[in-house]
Amino acid sequence: MAESILEVRDLITAFDTEGGLVRAVDHVSFSVPKGGTLGIVGESGCGKSVTAMSIIRLLPQPAGRILQGEVMFKGRDLTRIMPKEMRRVRGGEIGVIFQEPMTALNPVHRIGRQLSECFLLHKKMSRREAWEASVEMLKLVRIPAAGQRIGDYPHQLSGGMRQRVVIAMALACRPDLVIADEPTTALDVTVQAQILDLMKRLQSELGMSMILITHDLGVIAESCDEVVVMYAGRVVEKAPVKELFANPLHAYTRGLLASIPRLETTPKTELPVIPGMVAGLKDFVPGCRFCQRMERRGATLRERPDFIEATPGHWVEACPICYGGGKEAGA
Amino acid sequence: MSALLKVEDLKVHFPVHGGVLMRQTGSVRAVDGVSLSIRQGETLGLVGESGCGKSTLGKAIVRLLKPTAGRIEFEGVDITRLRTGALRPLRRDMQMVFQDPVESLNARHSVREILEEPFLIHGGMASAERRKRVAGLLDRVGLQAASADRYPFEFSGGQRQRIGIARALALNPKLIICDEPVSALDVSVQSQVLNLLLELQRDMGLSYLFIAHDLAVVRHISDRVAVMYLGKIVEVADSETIYREPKHAYTKALLSAIPHPDPSLEVDRILLEGDVPSPIDPPKGSAFGHRIGHPRYEETVGKELPLVEIDPGHWVAADPCCLDEADWKRVAEE
Repeated sequence: MAESILEVRDLITAFDTEGGLVRAVDHVSFSVPKGGTLGIVGESGCGKSVTAMSIIRLLPQPAGRILQGEVMFKGRDLTRIMPKEMRRVRGGEIGVIFQEPMTALNPVHRIGRQLSECFLLHKKMSRREAWEASVEMLKLVRIPAAGQRIGDYPHQLSGGMRQRVVIAMALACRPDLVIADEPTTALDVTVQAQILDLMKRLQSELGMSMILITHDLGVIAESCDEVVVMYAGRVVEKAPVKELFANPLHAYTRGLLASIPRLETTPKTELPVIPGMVAGLKDFVPGCRFCQRMERRGATLRERPDFIEATPGHWVEACPICYGGGKEAGA
Repeated sequence: MSALLKVEDLKVHFPVHGGVLMRQTGSVRAVDGVSLSIRQGETLGLVGESGCGKSTLGKAIVRLLKPTAGRIEFEGVDITRLRTGALRPLRRDMQMVFQDPVESLNARHSVREILEEPFLIHGGMASAERRKRVAGLLDRVGLQAASADRYPFEFSGGQRQRIGIARALALNPKLIICDEPVSALDVSVQSQVLNLLLELQRDMGLSYLFIAHDLAVVRHISDRVAVMYLGKIVEVADSETIYREPKHAYTKALLSAIPHPDPSLEVDRILLEGDVPSPIDPPKGSAFGHRIGHPRYEETVGKELPLVEIDPGHWVAADPCCLDEADWKRVAEE
């Protein structure tokens, strides 16, 4: 496989709760191809955002902590570096785009001041230089009349414009890696299309790598090179995007793909569903958690299934029931 | 077939106050001349971007908001100006399911209290009978009878939405306005709730006005789809037609923006510039023509752009900015 910019190895992130320590991320490994986009897809509570927050060490304190694992980024392990160094990485070498642009921006400061902050913190720039660099960033994310909009407060901008500002902030210091956590979920489809197009163009212009976290398989299909499917804190499947959509191997991935209404399906017919729901964090079994959801009993719940490479580059959690041992792959 | 619900030229405007004296300085034209009808047992999907007025329209139809002008007819009776007392019987027939099942259920009430409330308001039922009805409702939406004594926070998002649907079903309504009922749900749970809505419709002959921004979901559940832009409906057709042969430029753009869960597909995307214009000061002519900067925009200034039937059952706004040359010729001849 191509060179990778970031490698997460066997990461476990846990939270202290009244009921004891619970693992939100449980032995997660993946790598982000250099210059490419890795998609993490999964439903709420699957641990996709916690994984991202573990990488940049922004877990809720003091409850959340990384128990085990490595996050290798440009030759060092981000889980071990000093907080001061981490602050330099965050916003400097790794940019973050959060989901809700209204909460990611400070409502009482003009966007120019918020954008300049990135330059003042990470680059040795005077205020004036930072302000000018900020105008440039707004132009880069194609905000019309950037020179005037820079004096606006977040509430004066539309949702799409705000998300552009958040993107501008994430990209301000030309990071090597951008982590986008549901960047378009709060937006309308037409604006979502604009933002995804913008992110794609900026990515190739600036040569960044990206981790895109979303629950929308449509967004994954259009924007990612590699995909990681998470379920209940674990990676159940990992493959290049075309391979994943053409040959989903794990029962969960298959169920997820089957349950979305598409423009080709006959209207008003029953959709295939995944019965039940994800178990609570505290109730996770050590074994196959999708079997847990399907209320299967017995051996599969006791031991964690192996994560195997079924075909070159296509990995799957090999639960004997959820993954039929490659007989589908041969068919 | 006669319509269960008929809306004619409905307008909902909200006053905007400003200046030192807080006088009315303008109005937000949230819904600005909408006509539609829903037959018994039919689902009309309503799509549009945020701020286009689709939720306001839904709320005005059930009279949670006061219409500014126009006419709403339910089973042939004009309900536009009914007073609160006279509205009560109507509430049996028209119910609403809201987007956010967390905010629309009272957190301090048990599921039983939530579901019994419609019976208490509409009266005349012994407590044993109410208990039986609640158990029946829970069974109907696929929840266990034991759920009745639990509180909303104990349920997942999908289950809460089922409770919201059970509450709407309590009084055997004829029409349910579903305002983004699955938008807050996860993909795998979303399909469960959609199946439930379809099943209830088959069994009980319900009609739905299904408001959503997810076009694939709307197409899946609707018989006909209406596309709304800045307070007005710009296109209506049956759900297969509108996706196969959209006529209005806005419908086309909206459809092309959907991300397809298929990486092998190359989509020819129409990227729209800018955002929906403000309904406080809408463009004088074609609102969408204005957004895309169409050269024929000036022709539409000050003109009504009525819906015309371009093909049987397929209605589109007669707007030179938003139709193909050929379609516009056909429309102009009418």
